[in-house]
Amino acid sequence: MTHPPSGGTRTPRTPDPVSAPAGVPAQRRTTWSGQAERLRAVATTEPGRLQIIGAVLALLVVAFGAVTTLEISSRASSADDVVSRSQPLSADAADIYRFLADADTTAASGFLAGAQEPEAVGRQYRKDIEEAARLLVKASGSTEADSASSREIATLNKLLPVYTGLIERARANNRQGLPLGGAYLRYANQKMTGEMLPAAERLYAAETGRLETDSADARQWPLLSLGAGVLVLGALVWMQRRTYRRTNRVLNHGLLAATAAASVVVLWLAVGHTVARAELRSAMAHGQASLEVLNDARINSLKARANENLTLVARGAVLTPDGSADQYEADYTTGMKALRDRLEKAGRLADDESGKAPVLAATEAVTAWQARHREARATDDRGDYDGALEQIIGSEGSTGQSFQRVDAALEEALAHEQGEFGSAAKGARGALRGLPTGAAALAVLGAAAVIVGVNRRLSEYR
Amino acid sequence: MSGSRKRSARGGLRGWGGVAGMAAACAVTAAVTLLPLAHHSDGAAGAMAPGGGAVTAADQARAEECTEPEASLPPSSADGPGVEKIKQRGKLIAGVDQNSFRWGYRNPEARELEGFDIDLVRAIAKDVLGDPDAVIFRAIPTNQRIAALENDRVDVVVRTMTINCKRLEQVSFSTAYFQAGQQVLAPKGSTITGYDASLKGKRVCSAEGSTAYEALEKKSFGALYKDDFDGTARDPDLLTVPNQLDCLVRLQLGEVDAVVTDNALAAGQAAQDPAVELKGKAPFTTEYYGVATKKGADDLVARVNKVLVDYRAGGDNSPWMTSYRKWLAAGLPGIAGPPAPKYRGD
Repeated sequence: MTHPPSGGTRTPRTPDPVSAPAGVPAQRRTTWSGQAERLRAVATTEPGRLQIIGAVLALLVVAFGAVTTLEISSRASSADDVVSRSQPLSADAADIYRFLADADTTAASGFLAGAQEPEAVGRQYRKDIEEAARLLVKASGSTEADSASSREIATLNKLLPVYTGLIERARANNRQGLPLGGAYLRYANQKMTGEMLPAAERLYAAETGRLETDSADARQWPLLSLGAGVLVLGALVWMQRRTYRRTNRVLNHGLLAATAAASVVVLWLAVGHTVARAELRSAMAHGQASLEVLNDARINSLKARANENLTLVARGAVLTPDGSADQYEADYTTGMKALRDRLEKAGRLADDESGKAPVLAATEAVTAWQARHREARATDDRGDYDGALEQIIGSEGSTGQSFQRVDAALEEALAHEQGEFGSAAKGARGALRGLPTGAAALAVLGAAAVIVGVNRRLSEYR
Repeated sequence: MSGSRKRSARGGLRGWGGVAGMAAACAVTAAVTLLPLAHHSDGAAGAMAPGGGAVTAADQARAEECTEPEASLPPSSADGPGVEKIKQRGKLIAGVDQNSFRWGYRNPEARELEGFDIDLVRAIAKDVLGDPDAVIFRAIPTNQRIAALENDRVDVVVRTMTINCKRLEQVSFSTAYFQAGQQVLAPKGSTITGYDASLKGKRVCSAEGSTAYEALEKKSFGALYKDDFDGTARDPDLLTVPNQLDCLVRLQLGEVDAVVTDNALAAGQAAQDPAVELKGKAPFTTEYYGVATKKGADDLVARVNKVLVDYRAGGDNSPWMTSYRKWLAAGLPGIAGPPAPKYRGD
């Protein structure tokens, strides 16, 4: 772009404020004052003003595009983190927690079955331990060293072999018919419920916390981009108004195209992010909140089942501190109460029929479980230990079957909510897809259109 | 207040004492005429009976002071309301343990209760009902032993239950059927030699609230026996544990160096782990196990005492010695015979 010759004309009425300070070195003063003078000279003519305005507008549009691309890239990567990193990690942590609790429950069931533990039970226990170990390795791979999560993972890695060692000792003694096996099993359970499950719970809480942070980051309004968009649109409108006033011509194609491009970006930005926000909010409110409650319910059902089994293993050997009741029976009651409470909450959170149905099924199974448990306790209190054993671990009408039903229903409910979460969170990620590149491309187009439009006006002066 | 209660209890017992005295006299007659002479070889029943009703009643009053808790009523096989109830039912309901190896334990193989206590329950059922299997076993936890009797859930409790004065206020006891005491259990190769200075600096395990723990509190010889945060949620359950058997777990895992417990229960532990043994020549306390009944069921107590007379009789071939050799001798060697019964008025 070349300056028209009229740019050299001086305007006597404007004083020169830059040349006023006397202490400034002469060389610098001439450079500064020279540039300022040139700019002032350019601004005095209409073509010169047009050139300056055109340059500023083009820069604004490009800057708007750049800000939008950067800001939405960060939102999109947070949304992507939610879908592909932090939610899977949170789900893995929930699985670690559950596999450990399940291992403990299964070990107690197998123990009660006698010296020869049923094959399916042994397989289940091995699978629980293997899966927990595998997921712990996986989790430690995506955890920064020295974080809260990595400390919990280290604790679990240290205790897992201790736990399995105690279970094997329990088995070996039980196989020989020695009551020492029961004492080992209770010690293993104490390690699990006293040290391992709390660590797994803390790991789950930390991973879920990370998920919430990622989701909140993605949901944050892109205020910079929106502000820049409004500014750019305002500037473009002002420029077109100015052109209209001077030329009485309504349309300048270049400026109009630039306005259109900027409007598309602003609209896309507003709609895209609003949709993403809504999807993420729904993923958290419906999916994740339900997942947390359901996971909690499942852990409580596993703990209650382990305590129910241990009541028969311990046979009154461990009492509550005040000596009035059996410790394991008391813990079972606490666990069932928590389970009912979580199920009620999950029922309230479930927002459609396919979400409510499994929760309802689980609640019914819990009621049956509690009724059967009372019968089994009564049988045991009558002194009929074998009868009670049959009512707890038997293959027909036992509390074990009720527990299996609860577990299956909760698994179904969890799968459903996991699906809800996944589709909503993927929707959120999808809503932002293409926006960063689109904004950049449209901004470049808009800037070009501004230049084209302004040049068209300039050509009228040549 | 406790004085007035004691007086009324005494009055009640005096009345029962008369009945028991007559029952005792009947027992002698029945025993002499009906039972083989071999059963009287230790002479306990014969020597006791001539005491008569009046003496027994006076002794009841003295027994209430509780200087000798293991002294019980003289044996008798006379039927009273307690025995009658069992006969009408056709089954004896016995409260037992199912966790004490070699005493009362549910064998997971046979799915049957077995042990020294269980043998004694069957002997009582055989005597009263003529059938050693006419028993309903009710496994009761330690804290339910007295409540189960008071609520009539069981007729007798045969569950390594120590006779002491405090319990005598709530239940009645038979004569002692076993003499036990606290003793130290440690690995065979350990430098610990018993309840002595060799415990200094060692980690010693005991059950929470047990006699063993009380003994260590009185005199610990410098042993470590208290957990940090004991009795709170942070209690690590290392040195004081919920059940005596948990101590063997800690001992095998090397988390403690020795266990202090009742030698009878320690025998059950030693039977499960050939690498440990009882340390010291003899227990450092003396306790007696008795069969407990509901308080005031004197006819049943007298009947059980009669069963015990028969049970002890026969020297080396007595049912008592047979049961001892079967269940206890391996872990608790060197016992030559049952403790001699003591009767009120001896």
